Amino acid sequence: MTKSTKILVPSGVLGLGFSEDALIQGLKRQPDIISIDGGSTDSGPFYLGMGVSKYSLEVCEAEWHLLMQARHDNKIPLVIGSCGTCGVNAGVDMMFDMTVRIAKKLGHSVKIARIYCERERSEFQIALSENRIKPLEPAPQITQDSLSKITHIVSSAGVEPIQKAMEAGADVILVGRATDTALIAALPLLNNAHKGASWHAAKIAECGAFCSTNPSSGVIFVEVDETGFTVEAMAQNALCTPETVAAHMLYENADPFILLEPGGHLDVTDATYTALDARRVRVEGSHWHSSDTYTVKLEAAKLSGYQTTLLTIVREPNYVAHIDDWIEKLSRICNTKIKQSMTNSKSTHSIDFRVIGKNAVLGELEFSESLAPELGVLVIVTADSQGEADDIAMLINPYLLHLPLSEDEPIPTTAFAYSPANSSRGAFFEFALNHIMKLDKPCDGFPLIIDEV
Amino acid sequence: MASLSELTHKIRSKNAGPFWVTIDLFCGYDAHYKRVRDGLTLPVIARCILIPENLVKRFEIDNLKVIKVSFQRKHFQGSRLDRDMHGAQFAFLLEQLQID
Repeated sequence: MTKSTKILVPSGVLGLGFSEDALIQGLKRQPDIISIDGGSTDSGPFYLGMGVSKYSLEVCEAEWHLLMQARHDNKIPLVIGSCGTCGVNAGVDMMFDMTVRIAKKLGHSVKIARIYCERERSEFQIALSENRIKPLEPAPQITQDSLSKITHIVSSAGVEPIQKAMEAGADVILVGRATDTALIAALPLLNNAHKGASWHAAKIAECGAFCSTNPSSGVIFVEVDETGFTVEAMAQNALCTPETVAAHMLYENADPFILLEPGGHLDVTDATYTALDARRVRVEGSHWHSSDTYTVKLEAAKLSGYQTTLLTIVREPNYVAHIDDWIEKLSRICNTKIKQSMTNSKSTHSIDFRVIGKNAVLGELEFSESLAPELGVLVIVTADSQGEADDIAMLINPYLLHLPLSEDEPIPTTAFAYSPANSSRGAFFEFALNHIMKLDKPCDGFPLIIDEV
Repeated sequence: MASLSELTHKIRSKNAGPFWVTIDLFCGYDAHYKRVRDGLTLPVIARCILIPENLVKRFEIDNLKVIKVSFQRKHFQGSRLDRDMHGAQFAFLLEQLQID
């Protein structure tokens, strides 16, 4: 019988925090590896567009320090994926520098593996011409224009590039964009554990303690063997129950039974969830189906303009009661003024008015008729350049402050919360791909670099 | 008639990648689950969220007493007209929905 594989997952993402006591509890179980995610697309396209991290690097470094120490004390590898939130090459390099810095501080000798996942636009275009790119549903249109505005393309690594680093004996493995599950599934699959169980355990543990009664406690421990896996939360005040574990399969998954991964898919339709005791759940019956072709998912963000926002608060009861009329008039007058005064502009600018307190979130779907005593008016200007977005916002500014509902009434003054009322937001990005790319070999385009420091 | 908030323990809505939103309705009791399963049909959902039926998927998860609804976003996450980056407010839209 093959040995089981024990994986400690400190939290859903580096930078989110975890209980140190729970980490110590987890280390007592003698895990074979510590795996943690470093990011996702969850917070929107900006991070991938700019290639920057969402979380405070100081916070990440403090957590990484603890994990580096734990790795050293227990002589086990430490792996992180989607480095720097979005998994671009710069995110991997940022984590590499951090790892070297901490290793020096702690006096550790460390073999560090870096796996890069970013794809050049030219490589993408070649794959496109070779018919190796397929859209998922729904996919943004790929046009010459959208291609020219893409700033970063990443492909999500499967388990194979990570296993290659493991086989090379790396102590710390820093992966660019990877599927959340690949980081956790890589080692049990390398150890010939049950394939369905390896991927399923990975999906259950990828958000840390989200699969328990106490999601914010962070630390989760999974043990995968030849027939299934067992999951347990490491914080004393967190329990894994069949319900909490099974429910996590639904979380952020459009399909509750099928999970597409590089090289195949996981099917949990027949999975059973059994309580071993008050804290631990045993899962069996999940299946892995290999696909004929090996594909990886692509993510990209494109520059879609620059934004400036304005915010005011309307309190005058008559204006609150007639807010739609006021916004309609405001919009009409501002658009006319822009046409008159910015005649040279060929911009494809847009101005979006959102009434906070009425329907800012649900828009046309809002069902509530009740009105708050005051309403926020958020104005989002998007234009081809920051200068133009700022100019449009500055043109709107006095009308947002003083526009009367009708001609025969005194000029109102709405409440600006700060000065200046307009805020330049900088570059604005949108997701540009929801596609998969066929690879000849699973490690194609995922270069591995190993350093000893 | 009863509202879905009365027939569920919890309704959770969340982005599932940048292009989908998924809503989980945890019913808790068998009787509630059966009512939600029978009443919250694809056409009812499509009318509530104003998304064509062919862009909506509906799942029945009997062992958890959960109905799951996933739909393609009208405006992709973070695009110009997107109003809710993480798609979590759709839960409140469903909570007030009345079914038989």
